[in-house]
Amino acid sequence: MVATSENRVTGDLVNVDTGLISREIFVNREIYEQEQEQVFARAWLFVGHEAQVPKPGDFFVSSMGEESVILCRDREGQVNVFLNSCMHRGMKVCRYDEGNTPVFTCPYHGWSYATDGKLVGVPYFKDAYHQELDKSRWGLVKVPQMCNYKGGIWATWDESAPPFLDYIGGFKLYLDLLMDSWDGAEGGTEVFGGVEKWLVPSNWKFPAENFIGDRYHNISHRSVDLVGIGPSGTGRRDTGERANARMLDVSFPERGHGTVMALRPMDAPIPQAYQDLPILAEYFRHCEEERKRKAGQLWRLLGGPGTVFPNMSYLPRQPRSIAVWHPRGVDKTEVWRWFLVDANAPQEVKDYLRHYYIRYSGPGGLTEQDDMENWNYAHAASSGVVARRYAYNYEMGLGYGTPTYENDGLKLPGQIMDTTEHRAAEQNQRGFYRRWAEFMDAGDWGSLTTWRNGASHG
Amino acid sequence: MLISDQAVARLLLKDEVEQFLFAEAELLDDRQYEEWLSLLDDDIRYWMPMRRNVKFGELEREFTREGQDINWFDEGKDTLTRRVNQILTGVHWAEEPLSRICHIVSNVQVLDAQPSVSEPSEVSVKCRFIIYRNRIETETDFLVGKREELLRKTGGGWKIARRKIVLDQNVLLAKNLTFFF
Repeated sequence: MVATSENRVTGDLVNVDTGLISREIFVNREIYEQEQEQVFARAWLFVGHEAQVPKPGDFFVSSMGEESVILCRDREGQVNVFLNSCMHRGMKVCRYDEGNTPVFTCPYHGWSYATDGKLVGVPYFKDAYHQELDKSRWGLVKVPQMCNYKGGIWATWDESAPPFLDYIGGFKLYLDLLMDSWDGAEGGTEVFGGVEKWLVPSNWKFPAENFIGDRYHNISHRSVDLVGIGPSGTGRRDTGERANARMLDVSFPERGHGTVMALRPMDAPIPQAYQDLPILAEYFRHCEEERKRKAGQLWRLLGGPGTVFPNMSYLPRQPRSIAVWHPRGVDKTEVWRWFLVDANAPQEVKDYLRHYYIRYSGPGGLTEQDDMENWNYAHAASSGVVARRYAYNYEMGLGYGTPTYENDGLKLPGQIMDTTEHRAAEQNQRGFYRRWAEFMDAGDWGSLTTWRNGASHG
Repeated sequence: MLISDQAVARLLLKDEVEQFLFAEAELLDDRQYEEWLSLLDDDIRYWMPMRRNVKFGELEREFTREGQDINWFDEGKDTLTRRVNQILTGVHWAEEPLSRICHIVSNVQVLDAQPSVSEPSEVSVKCRFIIYRNRIETETDFLVGKREELLRKTGGGWKIARRKIVLDQNVLLAKNLTFFF
């Protein structure tokens, strides 16, 4: 149970040196309550995509941890993120999912807020408040820090958190595989209309750790691999592009982020991928050639699943999407999934990808359905007082990592494990939980920016 | 009392459509997936939009758009066949062991019949559904909504040419959609 010593999470519940992690951190309600404060009120969280609010007055209601927030472009064109709660009695000022509005009017007592969050309307201001209410002090709560990174909108509730790019650190190189266009041009993504939202009966950390680099769960997806939904007609993805590539697990334990990817040789041919449709195959061949020309050695990177600590996971290639695991109770996660595409891709390519995304991901996706079954019943079977006594095993690959990685003249940031021969490792998961434990133990951000003390992996 | 031929034809058609939809539900609940697939015409459109909360007066934005947006389903027979094949692998863990499913179809309305009620080749139908799913031990889902369909008469009997599924939920309360509507 919850201990009281200062260092109760690190070492005690989460021991990355032995690879043992207590089930309590997944099923214990008190720990869940604490992580709302310690993790979700401090970390940078993904809120939405700029393309969802292109015009002044456009809004998209999102979530940061358990809190409802409004992502809104104000009349001056600035993007803002506010707490979706009236300052008078807390009523949700916006109960629509998205739209366009000049003002958010609370349906309870009628306080109204402009698109920049300022309180602009108070009923009976003259009579009941004697014009003494200082409206300038009662605007909607604005996140103290927000960052638009290549169209992705991120925010944190903690004003002392490091700036987003510092929070991401060297992981930026890998996140860019998601946020840049496939031809290597900076940014340039848009999201399809429609954000999938659904409830999964498990703790939010199960999916977060799955996406950070679980190369070990092939049995989960055996059925979809047999049936074949991939963009060249077989399997669930194109795998030919990984021929002769090194499989790398990349962890940033000081920050909690991680990803898996493939590193192909510089002289690798342009891969045969997306063969279902000639225009699709041609588009990706063109993008690959462009990227090879622009990115040089970095062309060798083929991005795979990843997680930005704590609860934003993504797939940069197939199918290209962002998932956020919103905590909704110790045993409940509300998943939101956005699907990205190059804004300037031909319409036929967008149409094809949209179909592929739908049949792969989400509650209707032939792949993801089986993941959720695992997270659901892993949680359920770990909740009993007896089950809780037994730690989960994260020993895989313990002690086999290399502190620095270089391949054929390309140095990559992060703590990297080459899993080409070993098939899988749990370095990334250990990195994630090491960071999670630090957040749970830390009094403030002062002790969380350990990379500023030197000896960093990026 | 004299009943017009037209009225009789309408009643018979409604009964025929209902019997078809009930028999279809029977196949699904009886896990006869391949037989169910044979009821889908080759060019079937199977579409289930997601639903947004939108302001009064903006209801045209309530549903995600077919063929443009992300939808819960937006597909044809090929993908539906793959879904069936996936269940039939026996290692589709989200449906292994198989769920216990009950489709209740009601409020059947024949909205239109072409070229005529007495000799229809295509009928537009609206109905309500309740899908009860129970799996493993206590896991239970209720999915309630409306369906709009286009049924087509072929040499092999009625086939489903189009099905729009309108689920009365915003955040999907079921963890997955491993079954058919």
